[in-house]
Amino acid sequence: MSFYDTLLKLESMPLGEQSGQYGRNDVERALSREKLDPEDLLALLSPAAVPYLEEMAQKAHRITRAHFGYAVQLFTPMYVADYCVNQCTYCSFSVEHDFARKKLTMEEVDREASAIAATGLRHILLLTGESRKDSPVSYVKECAGVLRRHFSSVSIEVNPLSLEEYRELAACGVDGLTMFQEVYDRETYARLHVKGPKRNFRARLDAPERGCQAGFRSVTIGALLGLSDWRREAFMTAMHARYLQDRYPGTEISIAPPRFRPYLGSFSPESDVTDRALVQIILAYRLFLPRSGLTLSTREPAALRDRLVHLGITKISAGVTTEVGGHTGGGGTPQFEISDERSVPEIREMLYRSGLQPVFKDWDILAEAPV
Amino acid sequence: MSQDLFHIGGKSLSSRLFIGTGKYSRNTLIPEVVEASGSEVITVALRRIDPASREENILTHIPPHMTLLPNTSGARTAEEAVRIARLARAAGMGNWVKIEVINDQKYLLPDNLETVKATEILAAEGFIVLPYMSPDLSAALRLRDVGAAAVMPLGAPIGSNRGLKTKELVGILIEEAGLPVIVDAGIGRPSEAAEAMEMGAAAVLLNTAIATARDPLLMAEAFRGAVASGRQAYLAGLGAVRNAAEASSPLTGFLSV
Repeated sequence: MSFYDTLLKLESMPLGEQSGQYGRNDVERALSREKLDPEDLLALLSPAAVPYLEEMAQKAHRITRAHFGYAVQLFTPMYVADYCVNQCTYCSFSVEHDFARKKLTMEEVDREASAIAATGLRHILLLTGESRKDSPVSYVKECAGVLRRHFSSVSIEVNPLSLEEYRELAACGVDGLTMFQEVYDRETYARLHVKGPKRNFRARLDAPERGCQAGFRSVTIGALLGLSDWRREAFMTAMHARYLQDRYPGTEISIAPPRFRPYLGSFSPESDVTDRALVQIILAYRLFLPRSGLTLSTREPAALRDRLVHLGITKISAGVTTEVGGHTGGGGTPQFEISDERSVPEIREMLYRSGLQPVFKDWDILAEAPV
Repeated sequence: MSQDLFHIGGKSLSSRLFIGTGKYSRNTLIPEVVEASGSEVITVALRRIDPASREENILTHIPPHMTLLPNTSGARTAEEAVRIARLARAAGMGNWVKIEVINDQKYLLPDNLETVKATEILAAEGFIVLPYMSPDLSAALRLRDVGAAAVMPLGAPIGSNRGLKTKELVGILIEEAGLPVIVDAGIGRPSEAAEAMEMGAAAVLLNTAIATARDPLLMAEAFRGAVASGRQAYLAGLGAVRNAAEASSPLTGFLSV
C-alpha cells in the first residue's frame, strides 16, 4: 500500500473542472464541520466556494491561532549544487540548459552557512539539483555535518532517495525532508518530465513516505501550482498530506503551495493560478488539515506575503537566494526568480508589524553528531 | 485563614496558576502577563530557546523570581525527552521539568507509556518531574510510583480551549492518584479553571487561553481571580448537590405529627 493506490482511486472523483458540480450547500456544510472529508475539501476548492472566501479565512485564522498562536517559523533555503540529470520543461536546472554548473566545497558550505547563521536563522533547507553523480548522498551527508555546526535544524530538498539512504541522513542529524511532487496528474507529469530518473512518477510520489519511515521529524510536500489544473493538484496534495499524517502520526507533515515563476527557459504554465486561487488553496488546506504546517516561499511578492501570513501560514522563508553560493556572492544561476527579496531583519519586522512572532529556532537536533 | 501555600518540589507557591510562554505575538508581553497573572511558575519549550540570540531569546523576558519549568515539547520518545531535560539542566534552567512526550502530531495527545519511562529515569536523576498525561489512573499511579512530583492531566487537547472535557477522569485522579494534580491543556475560560480548582486540583497550567486572547493581560488577571476563587471554594467545602428540591410544604410532613 502506498499513496499511489489511493491516488488511483481518487482520480475517479470529480476533480478540476468537474468540481463545478459542487454548490453552496456543499460549501456551507464543509464550513460547518470540524473534521472535513474529501468531498468537503473538493467543495472548498470548487468555484462554489469563491463567495465564501472571507468566511473560510475567518475560520482558518481562528484554527491557526488556536493551534500555532502567533508564531511563524523562519527558515531559508541554501543551494549547494545545481548539477541535474533531469530534463524538466519548467526548471532552470534542467540538463538541457547550458550554464556553468557549480557545487560548493565544504569550505564554501561553511562560509555560506556562517553568513546565513549570522542573520539569526537557525533552520536551514539544503538544496541540490538532482544528480546522484554530482551530489550523491555522501556529499549531502558531508554538507549536513557542516551545517549542523551552525543550525539547530537541517532539512534537505534533494532527489528521491531510498529508505536506507534517508535513514542514514536522519541518523546523522538531518531532521526534515522537502519533496515536491511537482504534478500529481500522471499524464501531465509524463509530458513535463522529458528525460532522466525524475520521469519515474511513483519513485517520487513514495519518497515522502520513505522519509516518514526513516524518522525525519518533518516532511513537507507540495505541487508546483500552475503546471496542471490547480484545483485537482491542490486536492491531491492535501489528500497526500492526510494520508501521511494518518499513517505517520509522529511526523509533522507540512504543505508548501509554490506558484510557477519565470526561470531560464520559455515554458508557460497551462493553468493560471491567480492570487484569489492561491488564497482559496491555502484556506482549504488549513480547514482540511488544521494542524499541518503551511509554508510560504519567496515565489510570492512581498505585498501578497504580508497578507497571506494571516491566513494560516506557519513557516516563511526569508533572506532568500536560489543560486548556489548566493549568500556569499556566489553568482550562480538562480533556479527561478524570487519575488520577495527582503532580508531576514525586514521579514522579522514585517511579522512583528503584523502582530506575529518570528520564531528563529523551533527545534534542536538530538541525533548524535556524524563521524 | 492562614496562607494557603502550594508545596511542590521543595518550593512553596502562593499562586496556583502556572503559565506558558508559547503563542504570544511578542515575547515582550511575557513579563506583563507574569505580573497580571500573579503566577510564579512558567513553562518554556527548551526547543525554542536560542541562547545565541540576544533579541529573540525567550529566557531574557522571564522575570528572575519565576520558577522555570522547562518542557520537553517536541519529544516523540522517552529517550528524546530525557535528552532534552538533561540539556535544560545543563543550560542552567534548574531541575524542574515538564515531560511532554507526543507522538501524535494531529491531536498532540501525550504518550503515557513513554512518559512513565522518561519520568522514571529523570526522577532517579533528581529532577522534579511534572508529567503531562492523558488522564488515566493506572498511568498516574505508575507515575507516582516512579517519582513524579505531580501529574498533569489534560482537560482537552492542547490549544483547543474546549475546557474540562475529561472532568470525570481528572476527578478520579484527584481522588486516587495520591499526588498533586495540575490540570494542563484545554482550559479556555476562567470559569473552567475555577471548576478544576473547585474539584480539588492543586493547580492549573494554561497558555493558549491567555496568549491568544484579544487582551492577554486582562485575561491573565481574569484567570488569576478564577483560580483563587476556585481554590477558596474547594477549601470552603462546596455544599451538597441535591437532586430533589427541599419543598416548603412537604408531602410527608404528616408522618412527624
